Amino acid sequence: MTMVEGLGRLSERSDQRPDSLQDGSRIAVVGAGPAGSLFSYFLLNMAETVSLDIDVDLFEPRHFCHRGPAGCNHCGGIVSESLVQRLATEGIMLPDGVVQRGIESYTLHTDVGDVEIETPLAEKRIAAIYRGNGPRNSEPLDTDSFDGYLLELAREKGANLVPSLVTDIRRNDTHMSLRCADQFRGSYDLVVVATGVNSRLTESLEDATQEFRRPGRTKTFICEFHLGRDVIRETFGPSMHVFFLDIPRLKFAALIPKGDYVTLCLLGKDIDDELMEQFFSSPEVTRCFPGGKIPGHVCHCYPRINIDAAKPAYGDRLVLIGDSGATRLFKDGIGASYRTAKAAARTAVFHGVGADDFEKYYAPTCRAIAKDNQVGKVVFGFGTLVQKSRFARRGVLRMTATEQKNTNGSRRMSEVLWDLFSGSASYTDVFLRTLHPAYIGGLLWNLVAGNTLGASSRNGRTRGQECDRVKH
Amino acid sequence: MARLGKQYSDGDVIFREGDTGTCMFVIQKGDVEIFVDSDGHELTLRRLGANDFFGEMALFEHATRTASARALGPTHVLTIDKKNFLAGIHEDPSLAFRIVKTMSHRVRNLTDRLAKYEEDI
Repeated sequence: MTMVEGLGRLSERSDQRPDSLQDGSRIAVVGAGPAGSLFSYFLLNMAETVSLDIDVDLFEPRHFCHRGPAGCNHCGGIVSESLVQRLATEGIMLPDGVVQRGIESYTLHTDVGDVEIETPLAEKRIAAIYRGNGPRNSEPLDTDSFDGYLLELAREKGANLVPSLVTDIRRNDTHMSLRCADQFRGSYDLVVVATGVNSRLTESLEDATQEFRRPGRTKTFICEFHLGRDVIRETFGPSMHVFFLDIPRLKFAALIPKGDYVTLCLLGKDIDDELMEQFFSSPEVTRCFPGGKIPGHVCHCYPRINIDAAKPAYGDRLVLIGDSGATRLFKDGIGASYRTAKAAARTAVFHGVGADDFEKYYAPTCRAIAKDNQVGKVVFGFGTLVQKSRFARRGVLRMTATEQKNTNGSRRMSEVLWDLFSGSASYTDVFLRTLHPAYIGGLLWNLVAGNTLGASSRNGRTRGQECDRVKH
Repeated sequence: MARLGKQYSDGDVIFREGDTGTCMFVIQKGDVEIFVDSDGHELTLRRLGANDFFGEMALFEHATRTASARALGPTHVLTIDKKNFLAGIHEDPSLAFRIVKTMSHRVRNLTDRLAKYEEDI
């Protein structure tokens, strides 16, 4: 049974204000997904910079070397363009074994045509990865887990992996204490919760405190198709396939090629059998697969994701990061884990571990993510309008196709769609670009042209029989 | 298994001295030679390997490239956009730690070489 006791109001200050971290301070990080491992890595890195000698225990009962659910953190598995660049700037390079495929383009599928949007620099800067070690029942893959790689980085920096499930967090006057399912007990100067949105621990935290509210969640669907490397190269190429289909409650659907497998990711409101049936019977989907037949999937899950902002929790000697704290709407959750993990690490090393410190230096990062998500809702609202209107789809598709054909001109629609699909830019940035007069003028013209000039046929030109792709 | 970045073959020039720069680069795999043209002769400034970055001055200055970069053997290089980098620095100044540290090391290295050169002449 998971318990969180004695926390009271998170923002209440202890009688004795916590000091900053000092030599010998002990930090517990609960959960070794990207947020937990990156926090540990950055905390130890920054501590080294300021000659601070601290101990970090990283609690994770899961083994990322396992295939299927036992080693997986249930996610579509895309590392965004902006995160790949920031990690590289930090000196964290994703090894070849971790990157299942470098994504070179997005192919947008609609009922009025398809268009391939190429990466602005003709360079692979989006990584398709596995959180664990591949799908259930798969052959041993010649790959490494993304989460396992980050965990190793943290361990190399000095984090101590404790393979136990944390079941109890308590606050005492001068420290925090943890208890695990295997009766492990420990006393810490700071506890960092990075257990994600599907964890019992955050559920208990919500029950036990008055200030933490978990984010609103919705069920998604992720599955893996085994097609083989050669077939995937022929039919999908290095392109992520995104679908703009008029299916109620469906916000986003994508097929992501990864080595011998293709990952399907359906995001929306309460994904259920009816929605999936509609999706799988859409001709835009079936024609992506060899012979127009969708094979049975080899692994699937219904993970929950955040759909609105959590009320982030922090208090004296306690902070929640990653999905437990704040994440981006629908996109780039791993990027949000990086941002919150680093903000919390900076606060702990350079400012302190009290509620005031986290309020002043950590909370702004969470608030910025939450604020951007509000704009994201507006952006996805426009996307839903386009999904529902064939008139609008023709205009969007025509504008994108025209831009992709013209190598020298501006690519306003392509860039908006690229950043929206890839999660590489903030929703605010994407939204502001759609207010530019040239974007609005171009869209209006293409709405007219797309619905009057040759509107009876699909706007895209066929490139391959199986997928009916268009590359301009 | 796959590799990120852009692939260059042996001898491919990644950028030339005098080009307008709007990005820096991080080597994913392989080696890169940084060189300048000196009175018609190529002068090698440094040779870089995996995980090293180059072209970073373009991120901070509106000036042209001061040296050229060339792939030595098959090389993969990842481009870091100026806009993405500066947005990252704005949110998190510590993102620049590694670059500042490396630039400091390079300045120290150049100072040592200059001192040695002056001794020699």
